[in-house]
Amino acid sequence: MSENEAIKVEGLTKIYNKTLTAVDHINFSVKHGEIFGFLGPNGAGKTTTIKMLITVIRPTEGKATILGGDIAKQSMEVRAAIGVVPQEYTADEDLTGLENILLCADLYGIPRGVSKKRASDLLNLVELTAFKDKRVQTYSGGMRRRLELACGLINRPKVLFLDEPTLGLDVQTRAATWNYVRMLKKEFGMTLFLTTHYLEEADALCDRIAIIDHGKIVVVGSPTELKDSLGGDILTVSIQKDEDITELISKIEHVKEVKKENGSYMIKSSNGELTAPLIIEALRKSGHVVTKLSLTKPTLNEVYLQYTGKSMRDAEESRESVMAQRMAMRRSRA
Amino acid sequence: MSNNDETQVSKSRMHGLWALTNRELKKWYQQPFVLAMGIIQPILWLALLGKAMNIGNIVTGIPGINPTQVMMHTFGTKDYFSFMSMSMVAFTVVFTTAFVGMSVVWDKRLGFMNKVLSTPVSRSAIILSKVLAASVRALFQSAIVALVAFALGLSTGTNFGWYSILGIFAIVFLISVGLASFFTALTLRTTRMEMPQAIFQLVTLPLMFASSAYFPIAQMPNWLQAIASVNPISYTIDAVRRLMVFSDGFGPLPLDFAYVGIFAIVVTTICIVLSWRYLNK
Repeated sequence: MSENEAIKVEGLTKIYNKTLTAVDHINFSVKHGEIFGFLGPNGAGKTTTIKMLITVIRPTEGKATILGGDIAKQSMEVRAAIGVVPQEYTADEDLTGLENILLCADLYGIPRGVSKKRASDLLNLVELTAFKDKRVQTYSGGMRRRLELACGLINRPKVLFLDEPTLGLDVQTRAATWNYVRMLKKEFGMTLFLTTHYLEEADALCDRIAIIDHGKIVVVGSPTELKDSLGGDILTVSIQKDEDITELISKIEHVKEVKKENGSYMIKSSNGELTAPLIIEALRKSGHVVTKLSLTKPTLNEVYLQYTGKSMRDAEESRESVMAQRMAMRRSRA
Repeated sequence: MSNNDETQVSKSRMHGLWALTNRELKKWYQQPFVLAMGIIQPILWLALLGKAMNIGNIVTGIPGINPTQVMMHTFGTKDYFSFMSMSMVAFTVVFTTAFVGMSVVWDKRLGFMNKVLSTPVSRSAIILSKVLAASVRALFQSAIVALVAFALGLSTGTNFGWYSILGIFAIVFLISVGLASFFTALTLRTTRMEMPQAIFQLVTLPLMFASSAYFPIAQMPNWLQAIASVNPISYTIDAVRRLMVFSDGFGPLPLDFAYVGIFAIVVTTICIVLSWRYLNK
């Protein structure tokens, strides 16, 4: 199973009960060793997509391969090769952390001798060694999240799926989770596919993101590309004299567009940080005095707004996922 | 940790079956309260119901009537307790296995089911783990009921022997597998907690009264006889009674085993086939 792409999705569609189209003919691919983010509001089709990819629900139409294995026809091979960190806390509360990891290992058919060693390595990795013999009931939300991560890694997956990995987590735990994700990519060359509805998470973590809305992918690209597609950074410059400097600024490197508005100049640049000193320099040389200069960088929020025509909205989700989400929140607070 | 590890993983189709079964059983035997309740409940049934309904007393003291003869004629046992208590051995199975539906629904609601579905465990192993765990519990509970029945004065028939113990375990195991699969199949599609409860209430009453649990089938009206004679519980109860309290030979015992055995195989097969279809939505 070797191909250029770790995940390849073609025309993947899921229609529930013949009426509700959750995912509508989506296409994308994820390269080996990439962190790929699936960004969208609640109910956009993120979880449905991830559930199809991890072979838990069947696609209505279309095709997807993971490491060359067809998710529908070679589902057992695909399952053996991937790791899954679900949105919910799925660890068994009545068992200890260690028992939970060993249970996961057994589900992958890993021999006990090997799984014991791996479990202890993973418990170290997620810093739960001290709590391994405590029942999961007593774990905090962050500890549960880490345990889920350890379970997802027990079969040493080449591709790891994380469904809303930081949902309901506090700021510190969220940062820690991001570090784990980055480490998995860096140390083990793992391909990571994650869903999120936090823009800053997608921006900080992902090499590339796909924005999904109403079951359709509206745009795919790296966070920088997406932000650049909006026209880049915006510089606003004001000068003392009322003279037209449009011509002068247009010639500066990286500048894409100059507009005069209310006595100041709006400059779109593909690289704001480099352009700003060049503008000051050029204006000074031609005898102008700069009175004001500001630099605004577009955020994913603006990208999101641009492509979906609205800010992140809270669409109504299925009863089950709302339930599971609430349950996860409740347990993370307990 | 490295990715180029060549650990030989199990390719057995049933790998993970024991791990999943053990998970269910741990929840049970590691909780003394649950375990204790499971033991106390059948004792209450036997002590209250078995001893309160003393039908033998009704015919005692009537001139010209020998109560023991009447009881032997109608029930095949010297007293009603011996007749009724053996049906409780079978009924404990219904009560125990019915809760398998709860555990299926919980696993779905908490996301555990989805996690298991994303691992290379066969769907049949998932189903069979539920069925096996429920059957082990049912065997344990029935054994307790049988012991309590002895303690409360069960009078064994001439059929009774050491083989009766083995025979009861065998028939109870078969009916447990059948019923656990039945209750699992009914909850495969739902995530609602009310569902297994509703099924339990709907199903147990007819299973219990349209069987030979409290009254011999021969004494029932025809339409009820028809239902009772296809009810696998009737066959289980008949087998248990024949092995323990009856004195008129083993007669239909092979039929009892065959009927319950076929019931178990058919229902389990249906449940597994349905799981291929409904566990992955």
